Amino acid sequence: MFPLGIEPYLIGGIIIGLGVSIIYILTGLHATQSSFFTTTLSWFSQLPHFQEKRNISERDWRLALCLGLISGAVLYTFTLSPSGMFVTGVDPWRLALGGLLVGFGTRLSNGCTSGHGISGIASLSTTSLYAVITFLGFGIITAHLLEFMGVL
Amino acid sequence: MNARNIAVYGGGILFGLGLAWSGMTRPEIVLSFLRLDDLGLIFVMGGAAVVTFFAINVVPKFMKAPALGGAFRPRVSVLTRNTLIGAAIFGTGWGISGQCPGSAVASLGTGNWPIIVGLAFMFLGAYLRGRFIRDGN
Repeated sequence: MFPLGIEPYLIGGIIIGLGVSIIYILTGLHATQSSFFTTTLSWFSQLPHFQEKRNISERDWRLALCLGLISGAVLYTFTLSPSGMFVTGVDPWRLALGGLLVGFGTRLSNGCTSGHGISGIASLSTTSLYAVITFLGFGIITAHLLEFMGVL
Repeated sequence: MNARNIAVYGGGILFGLGLAWSGMTRPEIVLSFLRLDDLGLIFVMGGAAVVTFFAINVVPKFMKAPALGGAFRPRVSVLTRNTLIGAAIFGTGWGISGQCPGSAVASLGTGNWPIIVGLAFMFLGAYLRGRFIRDGN
């Protein structure tokens, strides 16, 4: 069940929670991720969906959040990481097809693993609870189907 | 840069550090969770949600408003068909690739350059949603 132990998962999760909490306590903002795609597209697309006032007003801090995420991962990689840099072995077609569905689905659902999974659950939102159960279920079924079909 | 964006950036550093520490920046680890070989991801989402629960539900009893302005509002939303259809589509993509938005962005910082492909297609997916699906239910 836990071939790598639980410590890195629990420590990482608590640090993520501290980051989200600090942002909330200082600014009242929910540090969620998938809106980043929509707000960033507001710089490039004139479609009304992207030009909504909320997207324009949020796009600068969402970019700052994204830069923070990258900086934090750089910090870990070059200081604490036992193995240093990492390059995935997952096939590019899977990153591409999966990425397309992740981008479309999270924006249709108005949340992802952080929006529904962390901030939504922490807010005791039943909407987010249903969303989490749904994406966990579909994720588990899809990963098993791929394994069954011999895609590893 | 205003104070709000600097605060968000600082909190984001912790967020990214935690994602890398917990291995969520590695699609392989997320996929091993979804195949139910390594259930560690539960502790990542659970640990983060428990800490955040206190920030959202307990801290506002002691502070009237966020330190840098704004207001404390829990993240609640209305359940629609799109919430669930979108979550199902997201879950399918998650199971195919082991990527979610935050982990993919942070993964860039671990030197994982192929994740650029995943991020580019996430932008494309978000664009198609805005281009072809009308807002509302």
